[in-house]
Amino acid sequence: MRSAPPIDAFTLRRRPPQEKLVDIGFRQLTLVLAASVGIVLLAIFLTVFSGAREAMATFGLKFLTTSAWDPVNEEYGALIAIYGTLVTAILSLLIAVPIGLGTAIFITEDLLPRRLRDLIGLLVELLAAIPSVVLGLWAIFVMEPAIRPFLSLLHTTLGWTPFFATEPQGPGTAPAILILVVMVLPIITAISRDALNQVPIELRQGAYGVGTTRWGAIFNVILPAAVSSIMGGVMLSLGRAMGETMAVTMIIGNSLNFSVSLLAPGNTISSMLANQFGEADGIQVSALMYAAVVLMILTFVVNVLAQWTVRRLSLRY
Amino acid sequence: MTASSPSTVASDVCMSLQDVTISYGSFEAVKNVYMDLPKGKVTAFIGPSGCGKSTVLRALNRMNDLIPGCTLKGRVIFDQHDLYDKRVDPVEVRRRIGMVFQKPNPFPKSIYENIAFGARINGYKGDMDELVERSLRKAAVWDECKDKLKESGFSLSGGQQQRLCIARAIATEPEVILMDEPCSALDPISTLKIEETMHELKRSYTIMIVTHNMQQAVRVADMTAFFNAEAVEGGTGKVGYLVEFNETENIFNSPSQQSTLDYVSGRFG
Ligand SMILES: Nc1ncnc2c1ncn2[C@@H]1O[C@H](COP(=O)(O)OP(=O)(O)O)[C@@H](O)[C@H]1O
Ligand SMILES: [Mg+2]
Repeated sequence: MRSAPPIDAFTLRRRPPQEKLVDIGFRQLTLVLAASVGIVLLAIFLTVFSGAREAMATFGLKFLTTSAWDPVNEEYGALIAIYGTLVTAILSLLIAVPIGLGTAIFITEDLLPRRLRDLIGLLVELLAAIPSVVLGLWAIFVMEPAIRPFLSLLHTTLGWTPFFATEPQGPGTAPAILILVVMVLPIITAISRDALNQVPIELRQGAYGVGTTRWGAIFNVILPAAVSSIMGGVMLSLGRAMGETMAVTMIIGNSLNFSVSLLAPGNTISSMLANQFGEADGIQVSALMYAAVVLMILTFVVNVLAQWTVRRLSLRY
Repeated sequence: MTASSPSTVASDVCMSLQDVTISYGSFEAVKNVYMDLPKGKVTAFIGPSGCGKSTVLRALNRMNDLIPGCTLKGRVIFDQHDLYDKRVDPVEVRRRIGMVFQKPNPFPKSIYENIAFGARINGYKGDMDELVERSLRKAAVWDECKDKLKESGFSLSGGQQQRLCIARAIATEPEVILMDEPCSALDPISTLKIEETMHELKRSYTIMIVTHNMQQAVRVADMTAFFNAEAVEGGTGKVGYLVEFNETENIFNSPSQQSTLDYVSGRFG
């Protein structure tokens, strides 16, 4: 009868103990690194959450629907900032996604000579290298005066809708949206371009092989194949747009009065935090923390929604 | 027909290549090809790699247009027109001359949509369910697909994907189907199935197939074209040319060129 081979059955080509140690060590190291990301995230959330507890107890959910911001009477509500955050982020993406995706298609689908395409791609990427404080200055001194006639035109023609009901007069939500467009455009373009370049050449040939036109191939085959990576880029941009502080603070007007109008000064959560944290004390600090919790939850919800849509939209290749 | 009415091509000829030279940039990949591809037959292109089989095949439905720098001299006559005439729209060419590629490349869509997509853009107005079933049956993959038409084309095995791609090409109702080494990524059983499919298809279509498998050429092809490549003086690489084009039997049993004999009997470098 044969018994099971002993554990040290292999005597040839046995791996030295050091090699096994390195293996184990490496595995532990990656585990630590991976866990540290989660731990930092959790720590941030707990800190902010515990700071916000007082304000949560005092204002409850009313905080989300009222717009008083009154340190004298200690009345706080974040409606202006929440509205501003959502409106600036969503509208800036609605403008930036078509432009960015269009640019990406333009520079990946040999519509232009190679050199020109590379140049456009490079310029878009350089846009991402501009510090946001510089963009903020540019927005105040160049962009906003330049677009004011156009905003006035919007007011005179569409003034009957609540969104354009006020006279544009300098800083406001609309210029903040436009500067966000400038800031997220390079992200969307670069990620979409990489996603489109990664679509296998065979898939393109297959599309042309059944007799599609160029546009048919792009919209029916190439974009669907790239959509999940492109959505990843859009989400990254949405995070950036919701969290962007400096340039937005400089141009949005940091208003304490709620207005639906895009032409009026507004506020965002990030911008409010940046402006007020320095001189806040007591329950105002807690109220700001509460606003930060709201921002984190918003970002989280948006991300989950995005993951879900991506999964529904995309067939893998 | 009109002024461009180029040639008196015999009526049993599907496509006629007349002094075709194809270059990538300044590199001439294949030179001076004359060939009359017969209607309703299977023609195989064989030859060592790099001799320009794929290049010639892609020229037949203007897929080479997608490769920057690729140019063609000479004429490719199909249905009494030069496919490379300025007035010819390459998209229409590809709708009449379909293609199956070396690597299975289903679209990132459901199995059903993979078939329906091409048919729809080709203006198919009839019963789509029926067309999908008919195409999948012709490509001998209906049984494997019928219960999962809503699933991704990628849920199939490699051989099934390739037959899905054949079904996709059939669904656009082309007159000619080009196949570039359609079995090179497949196992022997899938290969046999696809060969059966080809026998089925040649009743209604003209087929040109590139293959590196000589047994396959013998099994499926009525006609065989043997290509070879030779280094030329002052050239940058090997230039491909058509050595011999004849009935498959003749090519394999009594070729007229020594290099053909060397190649088909496996005595080739
Ligand atoms: N896209 C391309 N760009 C440049 N040269 C190419 C390209 N495709 C093929 N060639 C060249 O053309 C020649 C013929 O290639 P190909 O038609 O693929 O040969 P085969 O299919 O017979 O193996 C080879 O020398 C190859 O290097
Ligand atoms: Mg080839």
